Amino acid sequence: MIPASFDYRRAASADEAIALLTENGDDAKLLAGGHSLLPLMKLRLARPSVLIDISRLADLSYIRADGDQIAIGALTRHHDVEVSELLAREVPLLPAAAGQVGDPQIRHRGTIGGSLAHGDPASDLPAVVLALGGSMVVRGPGGERSIPATEFFAGFMETALAADEVLTEIRVPRLEGAGWSFQKFNRRAHDWAIVGVAAVRRGAGSGANGGGAGVALVNMASTPVRATAVEEALAGGASATEAAAHAADGLDPPSDINATPEFRRHLAQVLVRRALEEAGA
Amino acid sequence: MKVAMTINGTSQQHEIEPRVLLVQFIREVAGLTGTNVGCDTTSCGTCTVLLDGESVKSCTILAVQADGAQITTIEGLAEPGTLHPMQEAFRENHALQCGFCTPGMVLAAVSLLQENAHPSEQEVRSALEGNLCRCTGYHNIVKAILAAADAAEVPA
Ligand SMILES: Cc1cc2nc3c(=O)[nH]c(=O)nc-3n(C[C@H](O)[C@H](O)[C@H](O)COP(=O)(O)OP(=O)(O)OC[C@H]3O[C@@H](n4cnc5c(N)ncnc54)[C@H](O)[C@@H]3O)c2cc1C
Ligand code: FES
Ligand code: FES
Repeated sequence: MIPASFDYRRAASADEAIALLTENGDDAKLLAGGHSLLPLMKLRLARPSVLIDISRLADLSYIRADGDQIAIGALTRHHDVEVSELLAREVPLLPAAAGQVGDPQIRHRGTIGGSLAHGDPASDLPAVVLALGGSMVVRGPGGERSIPATEFFAGFMETALAADEVLTEIRVPRLEGAGWSFQKFNRRAHDWAIVGVAAVRRGAGSGANGGGAGVALVNMASTPVRATAVEEALAGGASATEAAAHAADGLDPPSDINATPEFRRHLAQVLVRRALEEAGA
Repeated sequence: MKVAMTINGTSQQHEIEPRVLLVQFIREVAGLTGTNVGCDTTSCGTCTVLLDGESVKSCTILAVQADGAQITTIEGLAEPGTLHPMQEAFRENHALQCGFCTPGMVLAAVSLLQENAHPSEQEVRSALEGNLCRCTGYHNIVKAILAAADAAEVPA
């Protein structure tokens, strides 16, 4: 299978990519690692007429500390996140989850920015960035803006990114010793999660990045989603088991070959309980 | 458009359409058919090659994305007539039956040992998540990779 024909443009900078997006409108797509976009193009589920290759923008591939946050360039590959010593020390949840994305070959190519911009509710990293309370830095013709993760995922495979904007950076707060857990349930090696959970539990009010719990779910809605009912129950003093009972509250999980909505609700409750127990009080 | 890359030390420069996949470039343009296509959907790993030293699935990369890169396929792992230590370990440990998955398995294993010279059995098994074998049951493949890692410990 080969994709339908397209014009190939290689951007030498983020600004050139933005100019090419502006010039080509809705028919253009950015190409990062290509591990979500090329499979869709091979199946003709996506047919961009212009492909703008940003995978060589080395200045958007970095992981660095910036105050109480860690900044990650959008073109940073899953493998680089997985083996980052800075992240292992400061935000270990992120490399733990990145190391479970697909398989080593996929992690050598796929990027964190591509994962977030794709907005697939079955992807692991959007839930992680949601649970952490991270944000996206995006750049367009009018300049740069920052979008909190809670406002980034707009609909099924839809994000707050405008058609002429490039995601340049992902920012996540340091964990400062807070408990965390990533739970991924699947049946086949290298597969997407049937349900997944990312959880962070900070001691009340501790540290610059605030207190409270962040819990987010993979594949439980049409977007990556925060388990707000669980977070509220915890804030109200509920135990892990009590809070986990609310894991699927208000959610309408998808039905597919792997699981019915009921099974997904059950999995969410079990996995949230495990995640909260692992993340500690 | 013109695309140039080095495959197994030989420069390959060709005029191609941007939609040509790396695996097609390797098999159909460069004529190196050691790299197999199993699933064509990023699942089976038979199309694994090394791109600048790292394992990748060549069915899910455009050839233009590899412009300027160094590619190693199974043909280029060792001098003709000789075997790379990983190939030798596969042979010794009966790690193949039909052999269809083998080029991808060997290259995935070489990439693994470059990142983790002494993996545990569990680490080897996890690192093969993206490579499917319909014949062997994986056991001897894992044994071969562990043996190759052990052998590399002995100074030459
Ligand atoms: C077999 C297989 C298994 C997988 N398993 C998992 C899994 O278990 N968990 C998981 O989370 N993911 C999984 N993935 C997806 C993988 O993580 C992808 O790498 C990732 O989702 C997309 O990143 P990419 O860099 O490849 O993006 P691309 O495919 O290049 O792009 C994806 C989309 O995002 C847009 N985009 C990319 N970068 C930017 C940017 N900087 N700014 C704006 N828009 C941008 C593109 O235009 C495109 O629409 C799997 C993929 C495959 C093929
Ligand atoms: S042919 Fe590329 S992964 Fe199967
Ligand atoms: S030896 Fe036949 S598929 Fe692996």
